[in-house]
Amino acid sequence: MNKQHSQPPRAVDFDRLNRAWYIDKAVQLLVFVGGISAVIFIIGIFVFITKEGLGFIIGDFSFTEFFFSQNWRPTSEKQTTYGILALIAGTASVTGLAMLIAIPFSLGTAIYIAEFATGKTREYLKITVELLAAIPSVVWGFIGLTMMNPLIIDLFDVPVGLSVLNAGIILGLMAAPIMTSIAEDALKAVPDRYREAAEALGATRWQVIFKVVLPAAKNGLLGAVLLGVGRGFGETMAVLMATGHSINIPGSIFDSVRALTATIAAELGETAVGSQHYQALFTIGISLFVITFIINLIADLIIRDVRKG
Amino acid sequence: MVTPDSQVEVMASTATPIKLGVKNLSIKYGQEAALDNISLDIHEHEIFGIIGPANAGKTSFLKAINRMDLFNPEMQVDGLIEFSGHDISKVRNVYGLRSRIGVVFPLPVGLPLSVYDNVALAPRLSGENNKAELNVIVERCLRRAALWDEVKDRLDSLGSLLSGGQQQRLTIARALSQEPELLMLDEFSIAVDPVTTMRIEDVLKELKQEMTIILVTNLVQQARRLADRTAFFLDGKCLDIGITEDLFTGEVSDPRTRDYVEGRFG
Repeated sequence: MNKQHSQPPRAVDFDRLNRAWYIDKAVQLLVFVGGISAVIFIIGIFVFITKEGLGFIIGDFSFTEFFFSQNWRPTSEKQTTYGILALIAGTASVTGLAMLIAIPFSLGTAIYIAEFATGKTREYLKITVELLAAIPSVVWGFIGLTMMNPLIIDLFDVPVGLSVLNAGIILGLMAAPIMTSIAEDALKAVPDRYREAAEALGATRWQVIFKVVLPAAKNGLLGAVLLGVGRGFGETMAVLMATGHSINIPGSIFDSVRALTATIAAELGETAVGSQHYQALFTIGISLFVITFIINLIADLIIRDVRKG
Repeated sequence: MVTPDSQVEVMASTATPIKLGVKNLSIKYGQEAALDNISLDIHEHEIFGIIGPANAGKTSFLKAINRMDLFNPEMQVDGLIEFSGHDISKVRNVYGLRSRIGVVFPLPVGLPLSVYDNVALAPRLSGENNKAELNVIVERCLRRAALWDEVKDRLDSLGSLLSGGQQQRLTIARALSQEPELLMLDEFSIAVDPVTTMRIEDVLKELKQEMTIILVTNLVQQARRLADRTAFFLDGKCLDIGITEDLFTGEVSDPRTRDYVEGRFG
């Protein structure tokens, strides 16, 4: 048999570097620069915050006082103390409660949208969730201040409605839409053949979801939860308005607290640049940075562990 | 069946130049060895069969040839692989190498493009933009993959929406569209019905005139029908290599080879 189609002249030779090869290298370099710039920005921000807070850290800073004293008295006449324990407790309690509310809500919504809802219902729900995610945090804070506050006072017969409960609910509702959105993406990314394979074994819808879909989407779901935790730690305005902003280690969810972020937001404008108070606030910033870093690191380790199985 | 005539052809083929020379090839994934010290030569214009049970290292062998170790930092390739006399570990333009090797993976991959664009992708990547020329290539490749009659009226529909068997043939058509010098088929008939499999097998026998073919298959009878020479892989080692018919009826260097081809394995 004759060659019907002779080999065409080779456009690419594997020892010759052609245009496509150079474009490929250039794009790789460009993407690398993009990736590395993220790292540079992070380091830059860290260096800036550290520089501003440094005078305090190497000066009057006492590790035990800063992290283990619950007295934050930056403007006291007699004795100024900078203890952020109560602030950490405030942020942690509000974030914790918010996650208790947001995780079931967002996962439930995500599972409903991704696995059960069809057609129009699905579309409308998705649009609604996205709308919720777009509400500015000051509006949420306003709701906490003017609606939740009297409601909590009436319902639970407590003197103040600006508390861990109020801020936790507000923050939970704020974080839920974006968590729902990410979780739904993670569930949608699970290939249908997994569901079909499980359904073929006679698994019920819930068994398919619980045994196959959720484990397969585990990383994405964990990412959604972490985004929520990050939102909780970072949220400032709504928390400032709904917590009552009083320094306290909460004994119950009806106590007012103050958050790390809210402290920075409320006080930074009134301090003299370079003063000890100013530097202490930046040290809070460093602490927030470190806490976020540790949370991400733990998440990373969990994901790796999950992957190893 | 191998007739005396084709025996002669096989003998002649050993005199043809070596398309792919493999010396002391070992592949590891982390600590786990997938291939252990394999040496073999594949000649131009032959169909070289590789048979063996799961986990024998067949697919890893193909991956190493196509430099797919670059995708997987865990995959460690040691030894020498020469493609047309070039050491592929020293190739400067690995894309150029890959464009001369066609691969068909066991699970069909219809890219989310139209059927036409699936097949026209490789020619377009290498700079072919002439519409008439592309039409010729697309039709030729689809005909060779025994798919043309089924899709000629819907070349615009999505390739990823074809049935499994059709996607497999689309994958084969796409691999042929770059006019490879070496075509590597990994279990191509896994999702294809027997009649279509036979049609594709006939095409492969013809394609042998134009290119070298490596056929990894679980079907020993398919290797017997198609391959000039066949290697038997087991647990990362090449236990036997020789003229295909010898593995079935002649001398084998390892008794396990005969057990495997006769289905008495395990």
